[in-house]
Amino acid sequence: MSAQTETTADGVAEVTERRINMIEAINEALDVMLDRDPDVIVMGEDVGYFGGVFRCTAGLQEKHGKTRVFDTPISECGIIGVAVGMGAYGLRPVPEIQFADYIYPGLDQLISEAARLRYRSATDYIAPMTVRSPFGGGIFGGQTHSQSPEAIFTHVSGLKTVIPATPYDAKGLLISCIEDNDPVIFFEPKRIYNGPFSGFYDKPVEPWKKHKDSVVPEGYYKIPLGKARYVTEGEALTVLTYGTMVHVAEVVCAAKDVDAEILDLRTLVPLDIEAIEASVRKTGRCLIVHEATRTSGFGAELSALVTERCFYHLEAPVERVTGFDTPYPHSLEWAYFPGPVRIGEAIDKILGE
Amino acid sequence: MADPADTPQPTGDNRPALALHVPEPKFRPGDQADFSDIDIGKAGAQPRPDESADPGDMKDFAYGLIRVLGEDDQAHGPWDPKLDPETLRTMLGHMALVRAFDERMFRGQRQGKTSFYMKCTGEEATSVAASMALASDDMVFPSYRQQGILIERGYPLIEMINQIYSNKGDKLKGRQLPIMYSSREHSFFSISGNLATQTPQAVGWAMASAIKGDSRIAATWVGEGSTAEGDFHSACTFATVYNAPVILNVINNQWAISSFSGFAGAERTTFAARALGYGLAGLRVDGNDALACYAAQQWAANRARANHGPTLIEFFTYRAEGHSTSDDPSGYRSAQEREEWPLGDPVNRLKKHLIAIGEWDEERQAEMDQRCAEEVKATTKEAEKNGILGHGLHHPFHTMFEDVFEELPWHLEEQAAQATRERQIKWPDHHPMDAAGLGRGK
Repeated sequence: MSAQTETTADGVAEVTERRINMIEAINEALDVMLDRDPDVIVMGEDVGYFGGVFRCTAGLQEKHGKTRVFDTPISECGIIGVAVGMGAYGLRPVPEIQFADYIYPGLDQLISEAARLRYRSATDYIAPMTVRSPFGGGIFGGQTHSQSPEAIFTHVSGLKTVIPATPYDAKGLLISCIEDNDPVIFFEPKRIYNGPFSGFYDKPVEPWKKHKDSVVPEGYYKIPLGKARYVTEGEALTVLTYGTMVHVAEVVCAAKDVDAEILDLRTLVPLDIEAIEASVRKTGRCLIVHEATRTSGFGAELSALVTERCFYHLEAPVERVTGFDTPYPHSLEWAYFPGPVRIGEAIDKILGE
Repeated sequence: MADPADTPQPTGDNRPALALHVPEPKFRPGDQADFSDIDIGKAGAQPRPDESADPGDMKDFAYGLIRVLGEDDQAHGPWDPKLDPETLRTMLGHMALVRAFDERMFRGQRQGKTSFYMKCTGEEATSVAASMALASDDMVFPSYRQQGILIERGYPLIEMINQIYSNKGDKLKGRQLPIMYSSREHSFFSISGNLATQTPQAVGWAMASAIKGDSRIAATWVGEGSTAEGDFHSACTFATVYNAPVILNVINNQWAISSFSGFAGAERTTFAARALGYGLAGLRVDGNDALACYAAQQWAANRARANHGPTLIEFFTYRAEGHSTSDDPSGYRSAQEREEWPLGDPVNRLKKHLIAIGEWDEERQAEMDQRCAEEVKATTKEAEKNGILGHGLHHPFHTMFEDVFEELPWHLEEQAAQATRERQIKWPDHHPMDAAGLGRGK
């Protein structure tokens, strides 16, 4: 952990930890990798001079130059397509898609090209790219600034899907993604860019500065892909979740005083199946929480895996708390969002209360 | 409030009924083809602009046709690349080999040795001659009808056939449909079944080369039908925005499977003219004139190499054969079209030019054709030792799961074990030479 020394009024040196938010953590990861590897290229709509609509790339063009960090035309197909070509050359592009809701024009390039390139060319060519994109709801983003399309990508052979839930993870995971030789979809939960979200939308949001995982080392460090994080350890039930919902689930379990073992999956593909199995076999109960719509969402895959692999340890059916199977609404956001009430009911059901 | 859609039209509405235009090719099966309305211009008539020319000053090149070889079989005008006879004979030899290869592989598919093949008959110049104008380490992003590039770059025929047969010698491990080649060693990008995806990729490769201050350029090939894909628009936009050192080759062979070029917009404009709207240099070339193909590619390569930017070239040609082994063109177009095509046959035209300048004769041509056919036949026999499709000589089962990712994740390990287990039940009497596939784990 990084630390800074400050001198207090009475002259005593005091160690204070450096705390940053998720935007700053992502910016640092990009900065570190641009410094370390001359083949890393950052590009996307408004990422260059302006520094990104969420400020994730602020200052990077000025520091690293216009041929390393640059703006692109408004063409997701073009952004992903040229990134595949850059990867074939030997670069390590980190394209940004401004909102996950707008990644669809780039899907053919992601699914048909980036994901299959290593396989179809028998390693002649690879696509070592990391597509960063803000995702998720809870910000009154309406239909096209709130979606959680991770299941579209987890369904594609050859893509890795990574979703951080804290500034510390965001930096360490993003560095791992950029160094990874496979194409990675890196979804950033924009609801928690500035602070963890409790799900109690009418309460003021706490800034990251008050959260333990906002202590982020300066410089280079990595968090391995494919490894879940234990948010809390517990015996009563296992909660499998990721992104914004990690924090919502944690607050709800604490409020209900449930001895939950919350796993922040961090990487959906490849999945940390060992951690999942070990936890569910211990608790015998499993709740899956995600913002994305329910039908064929990633929760269905998690539920199937848990049922297949932990069936004889289960004390109750696996429950899924998800978004409803509708487009993401604007005015009825808090009726749609899988918040404390929906999670609470599911916990009661699993625990038989 | 009433829904406007439910409101009846006022009586007495005299607005004219709208009519949808659905393009229709001029000739259908049974029609006598007549191409006399196509203006092919005169060989040597087009000036050759400076390679640094402003695209805005090049409008005529988008609508005309750059031609070098005239009716007299001589080279004419400023686009004559003035290649020495030895180079011309090499060019002719590559084109003849491509044709012999296509003939043999088409037959191989009909004999059940593989599932699929696609010929490039009539379009040999657009890949062979164009490729000869590039440096061997310039990166090419082809579609599926540029086998001429691989042959020109010296990719071993046996590797092509191994890939077509998906046998145990196939470098792509039997994963890809026949003809979807890949060779990094030959700077030949992995072919994808998804049309036009290679075009922005070529632009990205060229951008990468420029970012690194390299001297290599990229070239991509796409059919006129595929220019309708959104990727092609992205490619043109990115190429021009970043002044990428890339050549966008559009092979206008008049047909996209059964759809004539009108369905890609050819009724109202040329494909080279698409360049104008993007601010790209655009050239329109006689695609059956090997010298013009070479010269145009060389012009664009010089332009890209000197940082003057990208070029879009339309090669005006004709797809002489069916789209693929799964296609029967007699179901949608006139059988006479190939004969009537005003730009003739590219191999024949280059041959006649070499003869006209006293550097070739029919005997040597016959001898060369014979040699090409024998080389392909002998190589085919050699490749068949590695197996043909569906006859057991394939890569081990475990290879199906490799290279999805750099490392095998747990779920693919589990599925690989399952496939190997199933093998004992599905094929208990497996061929002994295939034993490498049994129970191979990692």
